[in-house]
Amino acid sequence: MDARSKLIDIAAFLDRVDRGEGEPDFRLDAFRSALAELQLEEPVRARSVLMSLSDPTLEPIAKAPGKGAVGAWPGHAAST
Amino acid sequence: MRYIEPHGHMVSRVTDDYEAMILAGCRAVCEPAFWAGYDRSSAQGFYDYFCQLTDYEPKRAAKFGLPHFTWLCINPKESEDTKLAAEVLAVIPEFLDRPNVLGIGEIGLNKNTRNELQVLEQHIDLAARHEQMILVHTPHLEDKFKGTRLIMDALLADSRIQPERVIIDHVEEHTIQMVLDAGFWAGITLYPESKTTPPRAVDMFEVYGGQRVWLNSACDWGRSDPLAVPKTAVEMRKRGHSAEKIDQLVFQNPIRFLSQNPRFTVR
Repeated sequence: MDARSKLIDIAAFLDRVDRGEGEPDFRLDAFRSALAELQLEEPVRARSVLMSLSDPTLEPIAKAPGKGAVGAWPGHAAST
Repeated sequence: MRYIEPHGHMVSRVTDDYEAMILAGCRAVCEPAFWAGYDRSSAQGFYDYFCQLTDYEPKRAAKFGLPHFTWLCINPKESEDTKLAAEVLAVIPEFLDRPNVLGIGEIGLNKNTRNELQVLEQHIDLAARHEQMILVHTPHLEDKFKGTRLIMDALLADSRIQPERVIIDHVEEHTIQMVLDAGFWAGITLYPESKTTPPRAVDMFEVYGGQRVWLNSACDWGRSDPLAVPKTAVEMRKRGHSAEKIDQLVFQNPIRFLSQNPRFTVR
């Protein structure tokens, strides 16, 4: 029941986005890409979702754009 | 049930939380230095904070019979200002002999910048020179994987650092394996939204084992739960884990790590 409830929450979230106005930012594409990881048939889905939202690079950045994290790495969108 | 809260920012919690923790079986609480939610304007602000962590807060906890320990640093969120960081690093040694200080923490990275990395390396050097244990904060969300790798590289590059005296906190499913493989301890932080929920924490315990792992609430001024550790113990019990296994994870494991500093004792 817990997973069912969370699944419907995600469906309702996507419906809400469709009903909204304006252009979504890169995080919606990242979210949809992460959803695809759920189709894996091995017990690595949580790790795969996290990795699909993560910065995979290793070079420190020059300056912090702010203090907070936003939930997804924009570089994935930039590279597609 | 008995448990240790090895990571709680109690200065931002109300006194009722201490009472609830005691009633739930908490036997000791450890408080790493962290970001206040705003940038402090001077090293003097950190001096006052370190006094709070080493003097006032242990007395507040003692009113409930709860031993209080602490870790000191300038946190990664304020490490972009390297001049301020240098001033704070210079203040820390005079607090290291206080009776409730366990080591340097929570140090690490926030946005994985060059300045943050430089200040992290300075903290690692400070810990090595003073033979201190280390508690590491790993970045949030999309920055965690990269930050964890950079932090591990910095720690492993210093031959004076013994991985078994370092805990890398806030691990998730994509970082726990590499932390354990490198010989560090791993901390799983239980948050309602970000980091890890109790069911995921128990999943990781089942998949990766509980040899060098602890659980913590990291309760602070944000959305967090000072009773997250005992609630996770309940999740373990629901899944059929034995009382001994639960006790090992929430009580014996943190004691095993923290007792590497002889100041840490639990009655």
